[in-house]
Amino acid sequence: MSVYPRTTPLTPQLRSLRGATAITGVGLFGNGESPGYTDIELLATAAHRAVADAGLTMQDIDGLCTASVLSTMWPMPVIEYLGINPTFIDGTMLGGSSFIAHLMPAMLALQAGQCDNVLVCYGSTQRSGTMNRAAVAAARRQMDPQPYEMPYDPVFPVAAYALATSAHMDKFGTTRRQLASVAVAARDWARSNPDAFERGPLSVDDVLKARMIASPLTVRDCCLVTDGAGAFVLQRADAARAGPKKPVHVLGTATASWHRQISSMPDLTVTAAAQSGAAAFAMAGLGPKDVQVAELYDAFTINTILFLEDLGFCAKGEGGAFVESGAISPGGSLPVNTNGGGLSCTHPGMYGIFALIEAVQQLRGEAGERQVAGVSVALAHGNGGTLSSQATAILGTADTL
Amino acid sequence: MTTPQQGIQARHQQALDQGRFLIQHCAACGRHVYFPRAVCPHCGAAEPALVAPAGSGTVRAVTVLHRKPEQGGNYHVCLVDLDEGVRLMSRVEGLAPDAVQIGLRVCARVQVKDGKGLVVFDQEQTA
Repeated sequence: MSVYPRTTPLTPQLRSLRGATAITGVGLFGNGESPGYTDIELLATAAHRAVADAGLTMQDIDGLCTASVLSTMWPMPVIEYLGINPTFIDGTMLGGSSFIAHLMPAMLALQAGQCDNVLVCYGSTQRSGTMNRAAVAAARRQMDPQPYEMPYDPVFPVAAYALATSAHMDKFGTTRRQLASVAVAARDWARSNPDAFERGPLSVDDVLKARMIASPLTVRDCCLVTDGAGAFVLQRADAARAGPKKPVHVLGTATASWHRQISSMPDLTVTAAAQSGAAAFAMAGLGPKDVQVAELYDAFTINTILFLEDLGFCAKGEGGAFVESGAISPGGSLPVNTNGGGLSCTHPGMYGIFALIEAVQQLRGEAGERQVAGVSVALAHGNGGTLSSQATAILGTADTL
Repeated sequence: MTTPQQGIQARHQQALDQGRFLIQHCAACGRHVYFPRAVCPHCGAAEPALVAPAGSGTVRAVTVLHRKPEQGGNYHVCLVDLDEGVRLMSRVEGLAPDAVQIGLRVCARVQVKDGKGLVVFDQEQTA
């Protein structure tokens, strides 16, 4: 790509969006195992909770952003089910980063006055649903063909992440123990979160000795397979200040994608988070040193290392040493994935919305036993496909405006 | 200018089915392209020409997929960088999965099975 990576222009209009909108409501439902429920039932309950949390009713919702792995026309059944009549609709589907990527179009719509109260929502019964992951994978081979990769029988998505991991280990000397320490840090955080799905003991050796799936990744280097739903409400800052909860302002956000298939990733050790993160930080007028909590989409242990590097929390190639030092664990210098992440809290298929919701809860001071003290700026980062799409959000409390 | 009867994907596959591995070369920007596309992803020029690569390359990434012996046992997939500067997913034949290492020099070969061609690699023979 001759244009890659294109620099996002920081126009006066984008600059004026800094802090102009805020997340005023969040809702979670059905994390873990929810047999007997459908995707949309979980979604609707999380949505209802988020709307109530914002001090609104469903009838107040006039903007909708949503995406589904299974349904390509998902906004329509959601509109029908919730009985809403949105004047702004965004069904952008970028995989797991979608719900963070939905922020910018929603912010533009709010700023333009196209709508007042945007609901961003997701629900999935990936673990308990009638269409299991093998059936979904088979359907995707038809609906989303990758004719230059599928003939070799890669097991996706894990094989793609394992390939990227092998390149990182080869280039920078990253070790399996360093990767395992990402999973252990996530578990240590999960133990302080009563809603986390996996809270049992986990050591580096446990991760290394677990069943190998796609070398060098064992099953403990891989995210959970759960059910779950998450939703949040975005409003303009003036309305947010009048609401019942402490507003969480969007200070900066950006989305980037450089490829779909892992074989087309320009550099296997650098993700488009380098682009989305730089643009989000520029919009926020902040840098990595200003962030107290980072929620990074950890579909696999390599993700956390790649995103710490690409978002600028450590130098390229030093992510392994950074996580092994204990920096991201409870008590570390940069708390990461404080809910337990996709590795230990929840992963219904597209985790991005849960990273964002955890960042909101930390900024509100509502994170209970796992609350990090003095959080005024938090980063939430979403990943989609096979390291294919990246969306970054920098969130802050009112005193960061 | 004549319009081809089929898309570039079909013509690339037909060549494979006849045992010929082709990549693309863009006359406008001079760069090679893989997988085959109707436009050059580097410069936007219309359909780069199909050309035969030298076939030699280097394993850039590898993973061994673990599978029970009764399901066929372990196997690997890898990413190979051809010397022309393009990357593709494939596998190296004739080696145990764990013996396929990053940096291994390999040579492309077309394997035709049930009339369908697939690019695989062999370890490069040193002279």
